[in-house]
Amino acid sequence: MSCLQTIADYGLRSLGIGERLLPRADFTLCQQVTLIGSGLIWNIYFGVLALAAGFFLANALALAKEARTPWLRKPAEWFVFVFRGSPLFIQFFLAYEALVLLPRAGIEMFGLTVQTSWLSRAWAGALIVLFLNTAAYSAEIFHGALRSVPKGDLEAADAYGLTGWARFRRILWPTMLRLAWPAYTNEAIFLFHATTLVFFSGFPAFQQRGDALYYANYFADKTFNPFVPYPIVAGYFILLTFLLIWLFGRANRRLNRHLPGAAPNMRLRPQIIR
Amino acid sequence: MLDCADPKALEGLHWTLCYLTTGKHLDFYWSFGTVLVLLAVTAPVALAFGFAGAMAARSPVLPVRMLGKGYTAMVRGVPDIVFFLFFVIALDQGIEWLVHQVRCPDWTDPIRNGLEFRVCPQAKVPPGTAPQAVHQIYGFVLAVVTFAIVFGAFAANVLYGAMQAVPRAQLETAEAYGMTAPQVFRRVLVPQMWLYALPGLGNLWLILIKATPLLFLLGVQDIVYWARELGGAKTQAYDYPHPDWRLWYFLGLMVFYLAMTRGSEVLIARLSARLNRGQATMAGEAMRKAAA
Repeated sequence: MSCLQTIADYGLRSLGIGERLLPRADFTLCQQVTLIGSGLIWNIYFGVLALAAGFFLANALALAKEARTPWLRKPAEWFVFVFRGSPLFIQFFLAYEALVLLPRAGIEMFGLTVQTSWLSRAWAGALIVLFLNTAAYSAEIFHGALRSVPKGDLEAADAYGLTGWARFRRILWPTMLRLAWPAYTNEAIFLFHATTLVFFSGFPAFQQRGDALYYANYFADKTFNPFVPYPIVAGYFILLTFLLIWLFGRANRRLNRHLPGAAPNMRLRPQIIR
Repeated sequence: MLDCADPKALEGLHWTLCYLTTGKHLDFYWSFGTVLVLLAVTAPVALAFGFAGAMAARSPVLPVRMLGKGYTAMVRGVPDIVFFLFFVIALDQGIEWLVHQVRCPDWTDPIRNGLEFRVCPQAKVPPGTAPQAVHQIYGFVLAVVTFAIVFGAFAANVLYGAMQAVPRAQLETAEAYGMTAPQVFRRVLVPQMWLYALPGLGNLWLILIKATPLLFLLGVQDIVYWARELGGAKTQAYDYPHPDWRLWYFLGLMVFYLAMTRGSEVLIARLSARLNRGQATMAGEAMRKAAA
């Protein structure tokens, strides 16, 4: 079987398209690279959606943490504490066990039956956990940045008569984002790495549709040789990390474009911050 | 003394007490000890690995320096769980391969034959005849070494940065007093670097705590294993039948981890205050003013 044929058969296997059975014997390098790459679709799906949604919740949480009224501040602080203080692995397990307890038949609400079974599937349940988790970590980053907005910037805003929403929208928020960006880049990289935990933590891989590490683990178990599949995953993730650094670097340049001397190059220390 | 001879006849608090003291539950409580042992062993070993890595990365000898830099670069860009899954098998096979080379030099069959990894029977580690406990301990040791390698690379990153952060002037002063390079390293650089390393190391400690449930993936019977085992629904065939309680067991684990991280944060804050005393930094200056 040629490699192109393998790609056609297994390239979208993680989505359930193509060959139904996974290879069982005579594993070729092409099969491993294709199938693991196919699993990477899930990592990207989880990472992109959780990051995009988490960004908004993180902003709201950062502001709530800075609020004067304890009715907003305390819940935000507890949310961040719970999600940052406990292992993501346990959060996945806990969420899965909680979601499978929902009634099978759905919940009756206002005469409508709300289906709940989809929530215990990985694509929804794990995504929710990742979304809440990254929101908590990002909120801490944004909150720190919000507190270190230079006093002079705020005084300048006052001098121009900017108040309320306009002051936030035009001065506070852009500056916060600019200061938080290098750390936020780290968080993004870490989130993509964390997506590899999904299928090892309670959430079953429906019809063997798993992520990159799921397939790598499958090959390592079958061939009893860890020296091929794991370096393949590692390679994919290094590429993904470079892509993220490039994308976030562009955003960083845009955020810093008004500063004299152009944008400072981001010093990145992936994985160390969190 | 608690009488748990006939669990089916028990009720209420008595049932709860008996349920929580079954043999399996005692194993569950002991597995918290496993996590603490892992932390207690891994942290210093990883710190030693990290120290060696940071020293190697600063070495004037090129190959050593490249080795050190390579080690610190290893963990960037790749999820740590990939390393965990990889090293546990790789170490196991690596050790058996080495023993095989020593004990069975005349062995002619290929070791990696198709889907099998086969060494001669004398090279099995631990030996096939060893009791179950030895296998468990060996598995745990492999897990500890794996954790130490990965977190050592993290620590090497932090310590390398901390060594670079010690002000040049302090080192030059030491040189002006006639200290040799090893003396400067030992008497000035190392004592002074902890201040700069502490935020990073503290962070790392929290990450390490939060990585301990991954022991479960390495095949160790840790708290996650027992929480799944004990929480699962038990039919009438068991002494203590109950529905699916895994949610509550995992909630318990969550509380345990929250307490661990919170406690650590408080301790790190205290240690940081202690290290900042008398330092020519912003925090040290603030303490001096407060005291005066």
